[in-house]
Amino acid sequence: MFRFLLSRIGLLVPTFLGASVVAFGFIRLIPGDPIEVLAGERGVSPARHAELMAQYGFDRPIWEQYFDFLFNLLQGDLGMSISTRKPVIDEFLVLFPATLELSFFAILFALALGLPAGIIAGVKRGSVFDHTVMTTALVGYSMPIFWLGLLMIILFSSILGWTPVSGRISFLYFFEPVTGFMVIDSYLSGQEGAFRSALSHLILPTIALGTIPMAVIARQTRSAMLEVLSEDYVRTARAKGLPPLRVIGVHALRNALIPVVTTIGLQVGVLLAGAILTETIFSWPGIGKWMIDSISRRDYTSVQGGLMMIAAIVMVVNLIVDLLYGLINPRIRHTR
Amino acid sequence: MSIPDTPNVNNQADTSWVRLKEFWSYFQENKGAVAGFCLVVFVILLALFADVVAPHSPSEQYRDHLLQPPAWQEGGAWSFILGTDAVGRDMLSRLIYGTRYSLFIGLVVVSISLVSGITLGLIAGYFRGGVDTVIMRVMDVILSYPSLLLALVLVALLGPSLINAMISIAIVLQPHYVRLTRAQVISESTRDYVTASRVAGAGNLRLMFITLLPNCMAPLIVQATLSFSSAILDAAALGFLGMGAQPPTPEWGTMLADAREFIGSAWWVVTFPGLAILITVLSFNLMGDGLRDALDPKLKRS
Repeated sequence: MFRFLLSRIGLLVPTFLGASVVAFGFIRLIPGDPIEVLAGERGVSPARHAELMAQYGFDRPIWEQYFDFLFNLLQGDLGMSISTRKPVIDEFLVLFPATLELSFFAILFALALGLPAGIIAGVKRGSVFDHTVMTTALVGYSMPIFWLGLLMIILFSSILGWTPVSGRISFLYFFEPVTGFMVIDSYLSGQEGAFRSALSHLILPTIALGTIPMAVIARQTRSAMLEVLSEDYVRTARAKGLPPLRVIGVHALRNALIPVVTTIGLQVGVLLAGAILTETIFSWPGIGKWMIDSISRRDYTSVQGGLMMIAAIVMVVNLIVDLLYGLINPRIRHTR
Repeated sequence: MSIPDTPNVNNQADTSWVRLKEFWSYFQENKGAVAGFCLVVFVILLALFADVVAPHSPSEQYRDHLLQPPAWQEGGAWSFILGTDAVGRDMLSRLIYGTRYSLFIGLVVVSISLVSGITLGLIAGYFRGGVDTVIMRVMDVILSYPSLLLALVLVALLGPSLINAMISIAIVLQPHYVRLTRAQVISESTRDYVTASRVAGAGNLRLMFITLLPNCMAPLIVQATLSFSSAILDAAALGFLGMGAQPPTPEWGTMLADAREFIGSAWWVVTFPGLAILITVLSFNLMGDGLRDALDPKLKRS
């Protein structure tokens, strides 16, 4: 297991370096030199320009600049945001819990609906339920989630008035963040109605963000179930006279879940991409909205830092999924 | 010499006809796939004959009919069946012209990513070794970013426009083709017909593009159909975020972005463009699923 772990981490190194080159190259590939980009529309005098070039080290050889960037990166220093003059990493860490909270509930929603639907559809293959689930899943998979979000706002917020339109909690409540997760913080604050408010703000964004993962998980679970149910050991278990629920629950499901774990891991990228759209629509103060705002504010150091952090998150999650996969499926561990 | 050749040619034509018929018999068993195929044909026809079908010009602003509701609602009129937008343009006509943009986006994105992806995948899978490692690591880097985010950043780099959005989406989608082609080439390379061709003196290029490539096509065709829909979806998302097609282009995502401020007052300007995206994407996905079942012998009849 230890060698397996090492080999997987070893594979990550070139990808991480590649991602750092992309993030490093980003500011330098924008037309105009970096100081002009950093100065934005205000512009700088030639003297100040030269001074700044030296101050930021842009006059040094490109590889020296890259190694500086990489060195700072490994120490958790992503540079200063152009628009707020605060360290990018601090901005990121303040906003990240909001995205994490939303993503957590979205994947929970996706699993709670997608997993059972996929299992039952697989077991009752060809039934009305199967057809309904598969059609729903395909519609969900094809859904422009930014439109789904808008439709839900029209229906549930404007017409029915059931849910709030935007933000993480009503303005009526104020408390110091403890964990950064609004659901936990509002509960800890002890203020009446705060927890309810936080939860109701989560409902629509959760559905919007969770729809595509739900569809993918349902489809994947169903096809994994179908594959496993035709295996010899399932037939043997049935022939032994085991109750059908035991065959499905113990013999089939455990093996069917192996590919599903990978699918769930792959949804992290989907969730982070979806977070950009979902957070924009629901004014959710997370990193997706922050990235979009940084891009339109031309705050390129923030974009660069955000890119790096998001790539790192995706890589780490993929690593964890790989390791989990090796843990539940010994065949993978021993063949590599 | 020409006599034994003739039946051979006939045979070939026969087998491809038989294969096509076999493919169709599998494909038409899947009702969803046929429905998707019909819808795709319908969308293509709409795009081709938009000038004839659309009741109004997509850019004509009827100043007396701002935000007019659809015909069946109070205040609506049959001259503007799906109503008008904030500057009095006919929704239906804009949606019909929008099919042109969506199909164009899908076609361009899929062509770019297909051609470059196949080429890189062939090189990686055929030559292996160092070239393979470099190409695959670069693809890993692209895949380590959420696709929409990377496309967004690329557009920010290149400047927001429809062309740049298409290039960015193509770059983001390309690794899937590279991986598929490479895997396919590696598994096909060991087959006898490849060895035979090599022994007969075929060069690298011939082996790659004429011997190997046609036998790797089935999963690529499926992937192309499926990424047609993701291209349309991603381009609409970019348009929605203001980083794709720019107003007043009647691109569906861009139309939705314009419609956001009327979310509380005019449901039709928000609902219809999204519905158009959903139906188009759904029909390509339906067709892709059917193609996969019909073309992939491993999954056949499962």
